[in-house]
Amino acid sequence: MRCSARRIWGLLYRHISLYRRSWPRLIELVYWPVLQMCIWGFTAQFISSRIGSPLVMAGGLLLAGVLLWEVALRSQMGVAVSFLEELWSRNLGHVFVSPLRPAEMVAGLIIVSMLRMLAGVLPAIGLAYLLYAFNLFTLGPVLVLFFANLMVMGWWVALGVVSLILRHGAGAETLAWAVLFGLTPLSAVFYPVTVLPAAIRPLALALPSTHVFEGMRAIVVHGELLWSEMGWSACLNVAWMAAAIVLFARQFQAARVRGALLSIGE
Amino acid sequence: MDAIVASGLTKRYGRGPLAVDGLDFRLPEGTTVGLLGGNGAGKTTTLALLLGLLVPTAGRINVLGHDMAEDRFAALQRMNFSSPYVALPQRLTVAENLRVYGHLYCVPRLQQRIAALAAELELDPLLDRPVGELSAGQKTRAALAKALINRPDVLLLDEPTASLDPDTADWVRGWLEHYRAESGAAILLASHNMDEVERLCSDVLMLKQGRIVDRGSPEALIARYGREDMEQVFLDIARGRMPARLPA
Repeated sequence: MRCSARRIWGLLYRHISLYRRSWPRLIELVYWPVLQMCIWGFTAQFISSRIGSPLVMAGGLLLAGVLLWEVALRSQMGVAVSFLEELWSRNLGHVFVSPLRPAEMVAGLIIVSMLRMLAGVLPAIGLAYLLYAFNLFTLGPVLVLFFANLMVMGWWVALGVVSLILRHGAGAETLAWAVLFGLTPLSAVFYPVTVLPAAIRPLALALPSTHVFEGMRAIVVHGELLWSEMGWSACLNVAWMAAAIVLFARQFQAARVRGALLSIGE
Repeated sequence: MDAIVASGLTKRYGRGPLAVDGLDFRLPEGTTVGLLGGNGAGKTTTLALLLGLLVPTAGRINVLGHDMAEDRFAALQRMNFSSPYVALPQRLTVAENLRVYGHLYCVPRLQQRIAALAAELELDPLLDRPVGELSAGQKTRAALAKALINRPDVLLLDEPTASLDPDTADWVRGWLEHYRAESGAAILLASHNMDEVERLCSDVLMLKQGRIVDRGSPEALIARYGREDMEQVFLDIARGRMPARLPA
């Protein structure tokens, strides 16, 4: 157990050392969440000033949606990009022939992603308060559940992306940025799920994020905590995470059979 | 005692030809064995199989008493590896890299180990420099320090002196001899440098198209082929000029 913790710390230390020595990477962590928050925050402020008070609440929904969606996005990229860092530095061979177990590698990447997410999202939350007097923390303690569900969703999506990189090599690396963006329309981040066409609503409801954002709107609009939405979100996360772990384990083994771990950078 | 026992080791990628075809060999503790062959002979595949990076199509590998199919992490804890084709993270300093791998290998008293390695490999002035800023020779020394961080009982080296100047290459070879003598480790060395093989290896496995086509000590191989050095033996094997009688 002690050695397992040390191996996870070793991976974590590798990424902390990297960020200490690379200010462009540090800036990139904060840049996108702050940029998104600024674009949508000023848009919401403009619309509210023109149309009046009903849209003030809509502005709040928009900002809460942006900031919470960043939690999922940054968590997903935290895992996928940290894996890609090993690939870009041609270091994967050393990592895979060390005693680091695949589960420990995933645990290390998840901790790195949590740190990356907090480093990116917390400044954006602070700036939203300073610029628009929008305080995400007024959502209350349930915010912890929102964060947890969105982080877990980011992790299983990232495991799927890493599995695809193991399968298809570095050519699949753009998926690290693209996959979760592609799920934004289905996740009902900025509108109720009922807005979606009936045919694709089941797809949306199969995503944990959709239930988080439905829950968030219920709190902001009605002051009501919908435990059922939180329950759905958590259960879906468990199911999707289990599927992602199976996919990752199979792709890792398949990569060892095909020899992809030798040529994954190509 | 054998550090590595490979039996019937076979690897086929997809539907392609056999990359490694039924290798049987042993690597005794305290010896350095050379793995020689032309490009595509199966050296890198063999090393990857021994390290668990690849799953064999057939055959078994036992490293330090551990079956690599069942218990590879226990063996990997006591192995290490260096290759010019696998890099250390360039932005991290030498010391940071050694700390990372020290933790991954759960090395006790890590700071003392790093200090000892730095002294032995003359890395002290380089510890706080990013690996990306080092010369080829300095990077090789840093990679060697990484490969020795856990005092491995089995060390797999893929062309350890490739692209090094003769002075640095000689220094690395001397250090490998010292490490083997001092630790009793088994070293498997894939190399294209025949002087290096003659100097370091007590035994040589000659690979061609995935098969061991000859084996023996450098002296025995040179005598058997009626040549003056391993370079000429290598060329004979690569060009299919085999002696009339091969050992069983």
